[in-house]
Amino acid sequence: MKKKLGTIRENGFLYVFEHFIDAHRAALIALLALLAIAFPYTPVADRSTQRIVTMILLYAMLGMGLNVLTGYAGMVSLGHAGFYGIGAYCCALLTTRLNFSFWPALLLAGCLAALVGFLLGLPSLRLSGTYLSIVTLGFCEIVQMVLKQWDSVTNGNYGIRNIPKPELFGHQFNLQNGGFYQIILALSVLTALGCLAIKRSKYGRAFQAIRDDELAAGMMGVRTARYKILAFVISAFITGVAGGFYSVINNGYIEPNNFVFNVSVLIISVVVVGGLGTIRGMFFGAALLQLFPQVFPQVFRFLNEWRFVIYGVLLVAAMRFRPQGALGWQSTLPYPLSRRTREELAHRSVLPGGEKGATP
Amino acid sequence: MSFLNVEGITLRFGGLTAVDGVNFHVEQGEIVSLIGPNGAGKTTVFNMLTGVYRLDAGQIEFMGRRIDGRTPQEIVTLGIARTFQNLRLFPKMRVIENVLVGAHIHTNYSFFQSLFRTPAFRREESEKELRAVEILESIGLGHRVNDYAEGLPYGEQRKVEIARAMATDAKLLLLDEPAAGMNPAESEELLRFILRLKEAGYTVLLIEHDMRVVMNISDRIYVLDHGKRIAEGRPEEIVNDARVIRAYLGGEREANAED
Repeated sequence: MKKKLGTIRENGFLYVFEHFIDAHRAALIALLALLAIAFPYTPVADRSTQRIVTMILLYAMLGMGLNVLTGYAGMVSLGHAGFYGIGAYCCALLTTRLNFSFWPALLLAGCLAALVGFLLGLPSLRLSGTYLSIVTLGFCEIVQMVLKQWDSVTNGNYGIRNIPKPELFGHQFNLQNGGFYQIILALSVLTALGCLAIKRSKYGRAFQAIRDDELAAGMMGVRTARYKILAFVISAFITGVAGGFYSVINNGYIEPNNFVFNVSVLIISVVVVGGLGTIRGMFFGAALLQLFPQVFPQVFRFLNEWRFVIYGVLLVAAMRFRPQGALGWQSTLPYPLSRRTREELAHRSVLPGGEKGATP
Repeated sequence: MSFLNVEGITLRFGGLTAVDGVNFHVEQGEIVSLIGPNGAGKTTVFNMLTGVYRLDAGQIEFMGRRIDGRTPQEIVTLGIARTFQNLRLFPKMRVIENVLVGAHIHTNYSFFQSLFRTPAFRREESEKELRAVEILESIGLGHRVNDYAEGLPYGEQRKVEIARAMATDAKLLLLDEPAAGMNPAESEELLRFILRLKEAGYTVLLIEHDMRVVMNISDRIYVLDHGKRIAEGRPEEIVNDARVIRAYLGGEREANAED
């Protein structure tokens, strides 16, 4: 069945854009996958481009992690650098001290962060809004202190050196051969799929219901405490895995200063600028915020000293004029009913909402 | 034994007794209305029935089980669902998602089943979607399935709330001023819909200010004033009850002048 897109003037840009993508979904995904896989073998992929793209995907993953907590469940965390650091140190310590292979260490990094997320979630149940944010801010500082002071384990301010590069069946992954990029590509795609699956299930709906109206969610039978903790756990897991990955790409060296409060701010900026609650927004926000400091000083050399001021102004402007984020629009496509449901409804010759999606 | 039996429920906010020893009962299949002037304690009674507030005294029995002291989650699982006087939809979610949240307690799959989209997950999800669409069509919102809740006109948002409550598979629906903000044609339609609910086997406890709705569909009416029950009876008894007229209009003389 071929749908008419209509003109932009008739239906609006967003409608035409989204329906075009929807109609050519398979082809676009194939094209994107091809580009993503071919990237490290193309001439543009020199060391610095590889590094930038790797960082973009890493921050997209960090964004998706925070997005589960902030975008879906509506709880703002300023402490995700803490989970990030825990994941990184866990992975680094397991590989350097206990001779773990990278892959199980990565998984355990996520699990440890998830466990800490669970523990942080417990006292946070009674808090909301600003108070919760302050607790998470404190958490970030505590992690920072522990990393700096617990010399016997974390080696304090000296950090951990000589973290081995990941290997699989004798193949080493590094920056030059595009291995880092391949790992983070796989991780971020898996994360995106996982987040989509969560969002389109009773778990994601419960998170969003809590975000929109916690009392009403409770009245519908959602065990709000349990789901808020679950959001913390999932979010921390993703962030911990991202941290584990970070520990190997930073020239085999991590130190406490890699996980300061500024990193939390950068992660939350990705989520807010990209579009709260969306997946596409995390990739976009990460690209924007990673490219800005790379591209800006080269193009606007004369403004270099002002770059953080401009950066701040842009963030404030984004909050003021587009609080839903750059790509945070409400979809004009119909709700993605499962195929079974659509077949059943077509059988009864009832199409809910007709061809059209949300009427604005 | 009544379907819902409320005995001597009392709630105090500091020095103010918001609900004072109220008794009432609802039989299965009835439409019972709770009316009274503003501040009479009607919504507070709903909050006590659904576990938002703990009782200071009294007890509530539903289908032979004590429900006072239980959490809202337990109560909705036992079969009581409500709507809110001030709309409390999930505004950033679609209409169908709002209704699917209503079905949350009966949506049975594990986290990992949903993560890996197993056949069991898909079957369950599809079943709930179909039921949600059916409920929305029955309430006349079939064309709104895909819309975001915040984009709907007021009257339709009220209907979504009812649909969401129905999706919990409740046996008793507590509707808090469902006709508020509706025009006469809409409230007429709502009235017919509530009667259909009754035919479909639901029991309804209703708070409503629109007297046309109340008098037309109620089997029985309870009148609250200042947290106390001041009258009970069938609609035609209530309209002629001197205490009710005094509570609403403030005194004998004005009441007579009204005739």
